[in-house]
Amino acid sequence: MERVVDPLASVATAPRMGSQTIAFVLMVLAFAVAPFFAYPVFLMKALCFALFACAFNLLIGYGGLLSFGHALFFGWASYVAAHMAKVGVISLPWFTIALPPLPPELAILFGTAVAALLGLIAGSLAIRRQGIYFAMITLALAQMMYFFALQAKFTGGEDGIQAVPRGRLFGIVDLSNDLAMYAVVLAVFLGGFLLVYRIIHSPFGEVLKAIRENEARAISLGYKTDRYKLLAFVLSATLAGLAGSTKAIVFQLASLTDVHWSMSGEVVLMTLVGGLGTVFGPVAGAFIIVGMQNYLAGFGEWVTVIQGVIFVVCVLLFRRGVIGELAHLLRIKL
Amino acid sequence: MFEIFGIPSTALFGQLLIGLINGSFYALLSLGLAVIFGMLNIINFAHGAQYMMGAFAAFLLLQALDVNYFAALVLAPIIVGAIGMLIERCFLQWLYRLDHLYGLLLTFGLVLIIEGIFRHLYGSSGQPYEVPDVLKGGRNLGFMFLPNYRAWVIAVSLVVCLATWFVIERTRLGAYLRAATENPTLVRAFGINVPRMITLTYGFGVGLAALAGVLAAPIYNVSPQMGSDLIIVVFAVVVIGGKGSIMGAILTGFGLGVIEGLTKVFWPEASNTVIFVIMAIVLLIRPAGLFGRRA
Repeated sequence: MERVVDPLASVATAPRMGSQTIAFVLMVLAFAVAPFFAYPVFLMKALCFALFACAFNLLIGYGGLLSFGHALFFGWASYVAAHMAKVGVISLPWFTIALPPLPPELAILFGTAVAALLGLIAGSLAIRRQGIYFAMITLALAQMMYFFALQAKFTGGEDGIQAVPRGRLFGIVDLSNDLAMYAVVLAVFLGGFLLVYRIIHSPFGEVLKAIRENEARAISLGYKTDRYKLLAFVLSATLAGLAGSTKAIVFQLASLTDVHWSMSGEVVLMTLVGGLGTVFGPVAGAFIIVGMQNYLAGFGEWVTVIQGVIFVVCVLLFRRGVIGELAHLLRIKL
Repeated sequence: MFEIFGIPSTALFGQLLIGLINGSFYALLSLGLAVIFGMLNIINFAHGAQYMMGAFAAFLLLQALDVNYFAALVLAPIIVGAIGMLIERCFLQWLYRLDHLYGLLLTFGLVLIIEGIFRHLYGSSGQPYEVPDVLKGGRNLGFMFLPNYRAWVIAVSLVVCLATWFVIERTRLGAYLRAATENPTLVRAFGINVPRMITLTYGFGVGLAALAGVLAAPIYNVSPQMGSDLIIVVFAVVVIGGKGSIMGAILTGFGLGVIEGLTKVFWPEASNTVIFVIMAIVLLIRPAGLFGRRA
């Protein structure tokens, strides 16, 4: 292993085998033993949100694009997955496909595919404006789809889709067992996490970072930045959809909460608390926020107020986030 | 009474009126957002919460101090605007050198705090606010019934919007403002106190939101979440209007309100989403917005 002597340079350049690999191994070990110490349902919730936050971070942390409408992909994927697992019949105004209720792996795949499609549509609209307008457009599009979810028949309106069967994975593993379900969620999360890591460290990811730093310059170097931004958006939406679909199967429920703008705000908060543009930050942030909601649930409205205060404090004093500060302190990359 | 396209004229014009009312709120709010964004480079997510605070200020002034509607129409924007200036001095002023996105995130946090506190204090259900006696009742115009208060709301918003346009586009103060938007450093070099101007601009924009809140109080119930759904629609209005034109913001606001009202008559299910659909179409055809200048 080569080590760069200059401490500043070691922060600036990514070591090939170093802090991130160690941190990853530690994270996997912690998640492997966690269900024996903590409530598996809580862990599964946190893992779903961790994947959601990682997907969101891909866009803001590496592409510099703030989407304020990611609940659109998370929530709609969870509706589609829940519907496919419970009912299966696809009835659109112009045609009907009578599928049987699908097994969980196909339901999740279906939800994820719909999120990818929605990401393609929303993304191609949103990238037509830069900066702050991008955030406003994504928020507005998500609100539109919120109203669709409220009015569409298959979503069940205020009730949502309840009593979704967890089913059997590949027809073999019974997912009503919480530990089996946990293993599946962990596998989905790790798959998504590694994919995000791969994307960030690919040539595509490097171009994305270049666009974040200076879009005009990237254009002048001959990159078709719109295509890069759109692909990043679709990838992020797809992974957010994967998280939402999985969550619907785990909790056997898809509801309006998951498409509401406050959910879009929550994923921003998780990523901000953990650290924008860090690999592990969104995971830490998701666990902090989900844990906080869990333990402070008795305080009612104050949870919202506390979240707001965390937002303000993070933006004013703590922009690196927990993991970002840690990495800065230890002078490593996380 | 007569019919147009099979719809009774009273229903048609009634919805048109509601559309104009909503349009006047869209215009007042998007105008405030535009003024703030021009000067501070911050999209004020808390604009909806400040609109709600305006309505609550009127409600509380009446409950606690027996201040009537017309006094509240002046006092509430001043009070809420002053709170806004305090927010600018305490929080926002530290963000001007950072990416614009941080302003959005910070004001989003403020929304959670403000709405959470009001929900804790007053619950989610709305509080009624009486229409003042002078503006009660209405007149029959033959083709529709026009409640006096609604006519008043439209008139006040129009006057305030046009006055704002006049001040910004046609007076010396407005010229300073526009210059400071373009190049704050140079304007500062001419001896104008730009930071104070920024604070006052923010206070003014917030005051406009609070004014809209007071106007809305007798029409809708005064409730903690009255602003958050509205502000997202106003964001879409701002995207449709495009950056850089005060008159554009006013026209887009009123126009979209009317379109939304008409949608309620002809296709009620789509009335919630029509503005967002228009936004998508505008983005496809004219990405810079209807009145926007190309960057």
